[in-house]
Amino acid sequence: MNFYLLTLIKAGVVALVLLTSLAYLQWAERKILAHIQLRQGPYRVGPHGLLQPLADVIKLMTKEDLLPPYVNRFFYPFAPFLAVMLSLIAIAVIPFGPEVSVFGQRTLMQLTDLGFGVLFLLAISSLSVYAVALGGWASNNKYSLLGSLRASAQMISYELPLAMAVVAPLLMANSLSLREIGEAQAGFYLGFIPRWFVFQWPAPQVIGFLIFLVAAFAETNRLPFDLPEAENELVAGFHTEFSSMKFAAFFMAEYSNMITITAFATLLFLGAWHPPFPAGWGSDYVPVLVFLTAAAVSLYHGLNPARGRDRRSLPVVSLAFFAVGIAFGVPLLQTYLTPVFWFAAKTGAILFLFMWVRGTLPRFRYDQLMGFTWKFLFPLSVANLLFTGLVVALSGE
Amino acid sequence: MDLILFLTFAFVAVACAINLVLQTHPISSALSLVGVMGSLAVLYLLLGGEFIAAAQIIVYAGAIMVLFVFVIMLLNAEGEPVAMGPKLSRTLGIPLIVALAGLLAFIVHRVLPPGAGVAFGKFTGGTALDVGRKLFTDYVLPFEVTSILILIAILGAVVLARKEIH
Repeated sequence: MNFYLLTLIKAGVVALVLLTSLAYLQWAERKILAHIQLRQGPYRVGPHGLLQPLADVIKLMTKEDLLPPYVNRFFYPFAPFLAVMLSLIAIAVIPFGPEVSVFGQRTLMQLTDLGFGVLFLLAISSLSVYAVALGGWASNNKYSLLGSLRASAQMISYELPLAMAVVAPLLMANSLSLREIGEAQAGFYLGFIPRWFVFQWPAPQVIGFLIFLVAAFAETNRLPFDLPEAENELVAGFHTEFSSMKFAAFFMAEYSNMITITAFATLLFLGAWHPPFPAGWGSDYVPVLVFLTAAAVSLYHGLNPARGRDRRSLPVVSLAFFAVGIAFGVPLLQTYLTPVFWFAAKTGAILFLFMWVRGTLPRFRYDQLMGFTWKFLFPLSVANLLFTGLVVALSGE
Repeated sequence: MDLILFLTFAFVAVACAINLVLQTHPISSALSLVGVMGSLAVLYLLLGGEFIAAAQIIVYAGAIMVLFVFVIMLLNAEGEPVAMGPKLSRTLGIPLIVALAGLLAFIVHRVLPPGAGVAFGKFTGGTALDVGRKLFTDYVLPFEVTSILILIAILGAVVLARKEIH
């Protein structure tokens, strides 16, 4: 009974955190893009536009849900449903931290530890092509159809180097379970170089990590590989004909896929929940320091306000940051929170990279996109895999 | 629990397979086939073949059927008119297929010694590790021969496709 209760609580917490971070990821993306382009970004709804995601959700839910007369009656509503289902299901196998004990009950910081978690993630990502392909086809619109054809060709092509890049760390971890892959990266060389798979002897996966990142951009249909929804060629690509919550579902799926694939990258290459330097050097106090610094900065700006209303709002923000920082310092909570902090920090860093790239790089041409993966990325990933296999075999027992 | 899951997904598999034949539009048929493959993967999983289940989804549902769907979309194939066979086959078809399936089930049940069938949760050698070990020890020759067959098929496709270019 305890097990079921704990699993239910974990599922609830993960779902809540995932859905909230989905909404705020979009806010963060709009803010980051705006600052890259020397704009302010969302600023009207709430302080610094912080309530903008809520406003967007209300707007999307109350919009008219249009069903165009020329669409396929079954597949048109089915495609966004499939997209959002597949993208949310993937989070179930992602571990966020080590095994901990809650009120005497040992439990994993993960919904379920599958023995073939990596294969599960690859299977889900290969199925998510259907949502995009069907959405475009069922819309019965030439732009949508072109978008979905591009999407299916692109996602199949980039899945190859992605899977090849995934196999190399698997060889080093000797496991398909995401938890064991994460645990294989604990510890440090010479006391300070982390044993993450990007650094781990005998085959540092720097090239593998870069291949994975590039393929991840294409798998999530993000710039510079967002050909399926290229605005200036295809209106909005595969989701041109979708309105209201159906459109929102595709959006949710895109952001959820981004979270999953960056978490996957963190697990495979960046040492999962392990800190970048040893606890002996105070890595447990980094989150405390980060949040206390944030509290100090917002308190300073509250005392010297740029606008009148900041005098009241910023000290409250400062107090919230202070409370979070103190929570990270409490020894009992530290064992739960610190691994999650490092995991979230690494995942967030890659997510920031996604947004940074979107703000700075132009879109590829379609033939360049295909040529890049088949003529460059795929051979490179095969070479990386062969090299890793050889080195692991030579250095192994 | 295993039995409920088995019955559910066996039913889904059969329903999708029937739907595959009944649908007139190629896309609907192709997606029914994806449904069949997905439920087969669950059945493999129930029998302990976790690697085969994942491979079934990744390779068949995620790669091969995506290509099928891609080609159907590219050719923009329309729904085909329902071709009704002669009256005799329409009236006798379903009773005969039910009889055949019943007969097959009866014979298999009779011939198989009791306890020789599969049972849920008995088989444990289905992890990627076990399958890989088997592939590279006991079955290395069939495995390599299959890969050469696939290579021949790829070469054949390239040769056939080249003719149209020049």
